[in-house]
Amino acid sequence: MSNVFIAFQANEDSRPIVDSILADNPEAEAVYSPGLVKIDSPNRLVVNRETIEEEIGRDFDLQEIHLNLVTLSGHIDEDDDQLTLSWEH
Amino acid sequence: MSVDLQAKQVEPLRNTFGHVAKYVKGNKPASRYEEATMGAQPTTNFHYRPTWDPQHELFDASRSKVVLEDWYVLRDPRQFYYGTWAMARAKQQDAVESSYQFVESRGLLDAMPDELKALVCDVLMPLRHVAWGGNMNNCNIGAIGYGTAFTAPAMFHAMDQLGVAQYITRLGLAIEGTKVLDKGKQDWLDNPNWQVLRRYVEDTLVIEDPFELFVAQNYALDGLLYPLVFETFIEDRLTMEGGSAVAMVTSFMSDWHKETSRWINAVLKAAAAESEANNQLISGWVNAWSDRAQQALAPIAQLAMQDRADASIEHARAELDSRSQKNGLAAK
Amino acid sequence: MDAQVKKKKLGLKPRYQAMTRGLDWQTSYQDMDKVFPYDKYEGIKIHDWDKWEDPFRLTMDAYWKYQGEKEKKLYAVIDAFAQNSGQLGISDARYVNALKLFIQGVSPLEYCAHRGFAHAGRHFTGVGARVASQMQSIDELRHYQTQAHTISNYNKYFNGMHKSNHWFDRVWYLSVPKSFFEDAMTGGPFEFLIAVSFSFEYVLTNLLFVPFMSGAAHNGDMSTVTFGFSAQSDESRHMTLGIECIKFILEQDPANVAIVQRWIDKWFWRGYRLLSIVAMMQDYMLPKRVMSWKEAWEMYAESNGGALFKDLARYGIRPPKGWEDACEGKDHISHQAWNTFYNYNAAAPFHTWTPNAEEMEWLTEKYPDTFAKYYKPRFEYYGEQHKQGKRFYNTTLPMLCQTCQIPMVFHEPGDPGSICYRETDHQDVKYHFCSDHCKEIFTNEPEKYVQAWLPVHQIYQGNCFPEGTDPTVEGFDPLAAVLDYYEIEVGKDNFDFADSEDRKNFREWKGGVEEEVSP
Repeated sequence: MSNVFIAFQANEDSRPIVDSILADNPEAEAVYSPGLVKIDSPNRLVVNRETIEEEIGRDFDLQEIHLNLVTLSGHIDEDDDQLTLSWEH
Repeated sequence: MSVDLQAKQVEPLRNTFGHVAKYVKGNKPASRYEEATMGAQPTTNFHYRPTWDPQHELFDASRSKVVLEDWYVLRDPRQFYYGTWAMARAKQQDAVESSYQFVESRGLLDAMPDELKALVCDVLMPLRHVAWGGNMNNCNIGAIGYGTAFTAPAMFHAMDQLGVAQYITRLGLAIEGTKVLDKGKQDWLDNPNWQVLRRYVEDTLVIEDPFELFVAQNYALDGLLYPLVFETFIEDRLTMEGGSAVAMVTSFMSDWHKETSRWINAVLKAAAAESEANNQLISGWVNAWSDRAQQALAPIAQLAMQDRADASIEHARAELDSRSQKNGLAAK
Repeated sequence: MDAQVKKKKLGLKPRYQAMTRGLDWQTSYQDMDKVFPYDKYEGIKIHDWDKWEDPFRLTMDAYWKYQGEKEKKLYAVIDAFAQNSGQLGISDARYVNALKLFIQGVSPLEYCAHRGFAHAGRHFTGVGARVASQMQSIDELRHYQTQAHTISNYNKYFNGMHKSNHWFDRVWYLSVPKSFFEDAMTGGPFEFLIAVSFSFEYVLTNLLFVPFMSGAAHNGDMSTVTFGFSAQSDESRHMTLGIECIKFILEQDPANVAIVQRWIDKWFWRGYRLLSIVAMMQDYMLPKRVMSWKEAWEMYAESNGGALFKDLARYGIRPPKGWEDACEGKDHISHQAWNTFYNYNAAAPFHTWTPNAEEMEWLTEKYPDTFAKYYKPRFEYYGEQHKQGKRFYNTTLPMLCQTCQIPMVFHEPGDPGSICYRETDHQDVKYHFCSDHCKEIFTNEPEKYVQAWLPVHQIYQGNCFPEGTDPTVEGFDPLAAVLDYYEIEVGKDNFDFADSEDRKNFREWKGGVEEEVSP
């Protein structure tokens, strides 16, 4: 099994997104380096709009993650409610 | 970190990069526009010929018959670089969003008479494809034109044209749903009203000279189309007949046309001013493509303005001709 | 009209479909092959462009919104940096040399990418591929421009940046990045996408931006961190384009696999060679280090690339031919590259130096199998010589690889004690290469690579002197004439950091604080 990852700039905007991802993906792990937080997850990682909305207490458009996204790996599937990274087909 | 500012007054060694400095008047710092644009493009010692066009270098001024000693004379009066362009468009997009909220919360598009809705869709939906042609053509200018001052704004313009196509699409979806998009495409492909215009657009897609393409697309076609449709038809006619909601949500297009005309004029003016040969060449293109564009738009004028069709298009043409005169071109 | 149906908001996918795919049509007044003349000659077969999956589905309204916001944030940082003389807050003045390489060798590539994607964005027959390429084209223009704006402030206070674009078109080592990208741009649109979006962006670009930008943060350069990460947020869209395009091409026709495999082999190796410069920046040019090149290679290339090629195996794609050699090189290339620039620093507009004691220790620890054994003694020797006033500058010209254009400095795989040389004959002319892989790239397309503008050959042919130079006059100094043609300010832009104006100025600005520099 291979890891997928997603990384964000380490700042206040990213915080609730990172927290939501860690909450929704129990196997995911965050690694911090200067200016950057990288989340690795075995095979698959999901970003849920609803979880983020609960974190921040307002509506969230998933495309807002583009503002602080740094890099990612895996195949992407995106709709209005979630963004999935995976090595599955 | 603590900086002891008393240690020494820190004087800059220079104002800007060498490839920018030669375009900055006087000994002063360069503007952001200048640092983003001037001298940006590679100019020499290219390694390989393009496999898709071995007659030319990757960056090759001879792709155009227009001859300029320095293509950086084609400055953009708006001084757009990516940041100012993106922030300006983001602001306009905010305004469009507010207009939609206003219009949709009051059901203003729905409240329009069905006939008017149908007319709006008949005139506007095929224009999605015209804007798409404008996108491809400006993208091509970005791909084969010479000098960043000319090509970078063309690339912004290409994306703007995609934005226009998508704004028209959004209007169609708001009025009626995907059905009208399909009908618009059908009209574009088959309806005799649109065929002269489609031929025009398809002919521009194979123009090889980036400057001629600039004239045919941005000056001749859009120079007539936008005044005719977004000013005369939408702002004048529709507003009088209960369609002001459409004017509200398409205000981007008329504002954009006014803003971009400054850039388009500046390009033509500077290129034509450099030599008599350039002026003859560009004037010839302007006249030939304007004549064709006028013919291509005649059926659209008929559709949109009915008995005022001839007057509307002649008015638009007269405005374009006087614009040409102001740009120093040898208009007909 | 049924208001219920009409009001139903379209989801992201169908909405994007209506906003892009529906815009296109089959031309009939002009032949489709004339409208799209360039996407067939490479031999890639596409049967159904509708199968193209759009990577992220940004319409222009959303694009403007998010990009506008990113730019607002970025320029706020750039403004604040200039106002607060942020250049004085960096770890030490050696750090600036990494930025010099960036503005000389990376920013012009952003420009080339902008141009190349404009070409692809016009010429793919499929509308999804076209729109994605167009967005990337303006993103890349953004990167060129934001880099110019960020580094502009450094250029005002430090040497080695003021003629960056002039140097890109002329200076010997900058022909490495220049020829790399021109190779991609002169290929057809499919090869361009495999080269740039897949092989470079998806497989290798993390190595350029992520550790380097963390390094910038660590060295107090907040403006570079901000443009770097801000650019990288576009990059994640670009990487997605890379993986979508390769899946799409491979799924369209089995005959595409062999063509794509050859491109992956070629472009992985071209990209890997190009990154030698990045390896050296990371290991030698950041006074405060975040991770070694080797660690970055393991994290971003080996583990991530491994996952990727495992995934692509089901199409019949294998890892690139140069993969093993590249992984073996992780212990060596940064040291070999730094040694080369140390040698030729008279003709390079940035500064080099020998690592100080603490840095030697770090390198020894990070490269336990190679540094102390092969490289440290050289740097110690250079340092000794310099102390005695005999700083070594190599004034002869090196032999270059015909393909990657890097001097022949890489070791024979498996034998770090000897240099790797390869050669081949083509139409009665002998061509030289740094590796089996560069040689193979040449033999697959000799008609392209014989055109290469090799800086050393050009100098010997007399093409790199200022106009009007007469090389036959008595006392003619060819190196001085070349530096003149380069427009390098001798004594300011080049030579060892220890003796530089940069060092002297920075020390004065900081009130006499001395950094840990060797010798």
